[in-house]
Amino acid sequence: MLKESDFYLRRLHSLLGIIPVGLFVTQHLVVNHFATRGAESFNTASNFMGNLPFVLFLEWFIIYIPLMFHAFYGVYIAFTAKNNTRRYGTFRNWMFKLQRFTGVFLVVFIAWHLYQTRIQKALGVEVDYNMMHDILENPFMMAFYIVGVIAATFHLANGLWSFLVTWGFTQSPQSQKVVSYITIIIFLVLSIIGVQAALAFI
Amino acid sequence: MSENNTAVQEKEQQTSQKLVKFEIHRQDTPDSKPYWEKFEVPYRMNMNVISALMEIRRNPVNAEGKKTTPVSWDMNCLEEVCGACSMVINGRPRQSCTALVDQFTQPIRLEPMRTFPVVRDLIVDRDFMFDSLKKIKAWIPIDGTYDLGEGPRMPERKRQWAYELSKCMTCGVCLEACPNVNDKTNFIGPALLSQVRLFNTHPTGAMNKDERLEALMQDGGIAECGNSQNCVVACPKGIPLTTSIAAMNRATSVQLFKNFFGSDHMVD
Repeated sequence: MLKESDFYLRRLHSLLGIIPVGLFVTQHLVVNHFATRGAESFNTASNFMGNLPFVLFLEWFIIYIPLMFHAFYGVYIAFTAKNNTRRYGTFRNWMFKLQRFTGVFLVVFIAWHLYQTRIQKALGVEVDYNMMHDILENPFMMAFYIVGVIAATFHLANGLWSFLVTWGFTQSPQSQKVVSYITIIIFLVLSIIGVQAALAFI
Repeated sequence: MSENNTAVQEKEQQTSQKLVKFEIHRQDTPDSKPYWEKFEVPYRMNMNVISALMEIRRNPVNAEGKKTTPVSWDMNCLEEVCGACSMVINGRPRQSCTALVDQFTQPIRLEPMRTFPVVRDLIVDRDFMFDSLKKIKAWIPIDGTYDLGEGPRMPERKRQWAYELSKCMTCGVCLEACPNVNDKTNFIGPALLSQVRLFNTHPTGAMNKDERLEALMQDGGIAECGNSQNCVVACPKGIPLTTSIAAMNRATSVQLFKNFFGSDHMVD
C-alpha cells in the first residue's frame, strides 16, 4: 500500500518541505530576529504571532501535520539510502548525505525545541524573551540551538535545490549549477539571520 | 637496427620481471561467504585487467604459490560497448576491458558489483535491469495487422542528443554507484529512467509515452531518485543521466496533472 503510492508520497514530501514547512521556517527565523532589537520588540512580535486568529488551526494545518509527515517519511527515506561518499566524494553526493543527516538530526532537535517552548506554553508557562534567555544561557543549549538552526537552514536551502529538480523545473546541468549557487546564498543569509537571533537572547 | 632490437629486448626483459599485484574478492557459490585472494601476474605492455584475469586462468596459482581455482568473470565485446565485464576496480565500478593496469595503483582490487546477486567470483546476475526494461516498455511497438508505413520524421537536433542516450549498454555501473539502489528499495536505477526518455523521444515511441511514464510512477520508479548525481559521474559512456532524470521528473509532473485533471493530450 505504502509502496504502491510511493511516487505520490515522495512528491508530497518534496512539496510540503517547501510549502508550508520551508516558508514557516523562514518566517520563524525572521520573527526571531526581532530579538536583536531588544526584549520588548521580540515580545510584541511573538505575542502577535501567538495570538493570530484561528491560531490552533493554523498551527496544526500549516505546521504540525505537514511537518510530521515530512519528518517521519523523511526518516524512512534517510534510512533506505546507502551512503557512499567514500567512493564518490563529489559535492552533490555530500549534499545527498548531509541532507539525510541534518534531516534526522532535525527530528530530534525540533522535538526537543517543541517540548521546551510550545508544550510548556500549553502547560501554562509564558513563552517570551525571558524564557528563551533562560534556555540559551546554558552554553550547551546555545550550541545545540545554533547547530539546530544551521541544520534547518541547510536542509531548507538544499531541499529547495532538490525540490526544483524533483518537480522538473531545473533540467540542464547549467540551470542546476546556477540554482546551487543561489541556494548557497539562501543558506548563508538564513543562517546569519537565525544565528544572530539566537545570540540576541543572551 | 640491431641496436634497436636489443633495446626492445632489454625492455621486454625488464617488464617481464615486473609483477602486477591483484587482490580479488572471490565467492564460490551465490550463497557462500566471499573471501580475498591475492595474485601476482607477470606484467606485459598495455595490459588490461581482462588480460591479467586470462593469465590467472591460464595459470591458476595465487600469490602464496598455491594452486587455486581460476577466477570467473564475464566478458564479451572487449571494447566497452556490451557492459558484461563490469566490476568494481579499486573501489569504483567500471568495465574491466578498458581498465589498463598502468592506470591503477597496486594492488589492484577487483570486486563484483554487489548491488546485483553474485553468481561466482566477479560474475553478477544483472537480470534485475533486464526485467526493469520490460517494466518500462523499453521498445517501440511497430506491429500492425497491415503495413503501417513509415513513422514520423525525427528532427535532426533531437536525434543528436537521443543518440547519446542510446549508448546505454545496461552495464549496471550507475546502479552500483547510486546510494538509493540497494536491498532496502526497489529502485530500478538511473539507466532505466534515461531509457524512458530515449523511447519517449522517438516519434513512434512517443505514441505510447504515457505508458512508460506510468511505469516510472510505480513502486521503484523515478521517485526513488535522491539526486546524489553519482550516476552521471560513474557512467562509462558519458550519458547525461541526471539531465534525463530531471527531464523525466518534469514529464511525470505533467503526467500527474493530466491524470488528475484529465487531458486529451496523453500521447501527443
